[in-house]
Amino acid sequence: MTVSQAAFKTAILDPAAAVPTGIVNPDGAAASKRFDVYRNNVAVSLSDALEAAFPVVRKLVGDEFFRAMAGVYLRKHPPKTPLMMFYGDAMPQFLGRFEPTKKFGYLPAIARIELAMRHAYHAKDVTPADANALTAVAPDALMSTKLKIAPATQTVTSDFPIHAIYLANTQADAPKPVMQPEAVMITRAGFDPQIHLINAAAASCIEALKKGQSLGQATATADTTLDLGVVLGLLLAQGAVTEIY
Amino acid sequence: MLDATTHPALPARPGVGYKAQHYSDIMEDSGPLGWLEIHAENYMGDGGRPLAQLRHLAERFPISVHGVGLSIGGEGNLDTDHLGRLKHLVSWLNPASFSEHLAWSTHDSHFFNDLLPLPYTAKTLSRVATHINQVQDTVGRRMLLENPSSYLAFAESTMSETDFLRELTQRTGCGLLLDVNNVFVSATNLKTSPQAYIDDFPLEAVGEIHLGGHDEDEDETGAPLLIDSHGKAVVDPVWALLDYTLAKSGPKPLLIEWDTDVPEWPVLADEISRADRALALITS
Repeated sequence: MTVSQAAFKTAILDPAAAVPTGIVNPDGAAASKRFDVYRNNVAVSLSDALEAAFPVVRKLVGDEFFRAMAGVYLRKHPPKTPLMMFYGDAMPQFLGRFEPTKKFGYLPAIARIELAMRHAYHAKDVTPADANALTAVAPDALMSTKLKIAPATQTVTSDFPIHAIYLANTQADAPKPVMQPEAVMITRAGFDPQIHLINAAAASCIEALKKGQSLGQATATADTTLDLGVVLGLLLAQGAVTEIY
Repeated sequence: MLDATTHPALPARPGVGYKAQHYSDIMEDSGPLGWLEIHAENYMGDGGRPLAQLRHLAERFPISVHGVGLSIGGEGNLDTDHLGRLKHLVSWLNPASFSEHLAWSTHDSHFFNDLLPLPYTAKTLSRVATHINQVQDTVGRRMLLENPSSYLAFAESTMSETDFLRELTQRTGCGLLLDVNNVFVSATNLKTSPQAYIDDFPLEAVGEIHLGGHDEDEDETGAPLLIDSHGKAVVDPVWALLDYTLAKSGPKPLLIEWDTDVPEWPVLADEISRADRALALITS
């Protein structure tokens, strides 16, 4: 009797499934509790990875609920690579569709922030452009100028006060969130990712710059809520611009 | 045959599985610590603190790169993306050693983050040998293959684990990583003798020895079921098995593995000192 890895895999992920025939204890008898060691190792290690990846989501939904939800998630979305530091990239979509969490509209954006923080932590090291270099650009050339943005730089936009919620769950004495749309930018100057409150227009502009659009293109459709000076000042101060060209 | 000529060898001294929280302790006072082991997958990001720390550590210590996700025992083809990431890490770091496990962890593009067992047959031997050859050819290095912890057996197995590993070294030229805690765990779980396993083991191929802690449980028949948890101190019978092994093998690089419920540095330093004494016992 050959035990295929497909049969092993199915039984690992489904606690109700029978242990594949051909797996035995030292006396040649069936070995279901021994097989359970693998079931437990897999579920615990993947749950632990999700807990480490989403501490704020976990705080928001509670430890017990998160553990149960992780059990559902890991069976629906087992890792696709051995890079556990990036496990959980389907969590925002999952939270938006999972029946018990879908009414909490801010959860997917909080999960996106936590993913972005992890990606920023492991992003490529860069040398920031000189923060004064932009002032050297002639005023009539400014709108055709492009900025190369550091790979750690990411934005998340939401109809919910995600910056305030994130802070309230990661910092002591953070103010109570007030219901309003918020956007954030994650940057990494040095080794520790930082989160900054921006607005949706700024997020849209930063995403356009990341795609290689010029300042003119990136601001073409912006309304009056975009303060380009503030956006550029923040990007440069955070070492998030690596080239001005 | 691929072999190491341009990188330092692991010294026959105590090493430890590196955890970021011990960075300052290790840099300030390393005591008898002679080398460090890292899990390859934790250093496959593009940059940031993990890689910066690793570069600093590598200036001070020989490094062993220990992969936990290649799935060498898998039925399917090796993940060439992952193999490429390993090649990249080994290329820039130029570690003293590179090792992986006799286990599988990926099936049908899904990774299970655990070391899953395989039966020992002519068919699996041939498959694993092919995978090891592919790894050594791609990474450009001789690798060490680690014996697993076993909780169960496969009725279809036709070879002993020691014969299986010996045959792999002969077919591929790979070396072996002997985990004496795994030997003790497997022997207890499968009701065999750990000393007999060491007697049968091709010790001449061993490039490194692992030591770790395990949890104790029972199966449904009341038989002991030890679980390789890497979350506790090494137990006395495993230290005794180490002494038994070193008396036969001579000095080897010894690694203390502690991956869950990781303690403060002084607790690990005690384990490192004990490993140092075990080495002193056979060299004195």
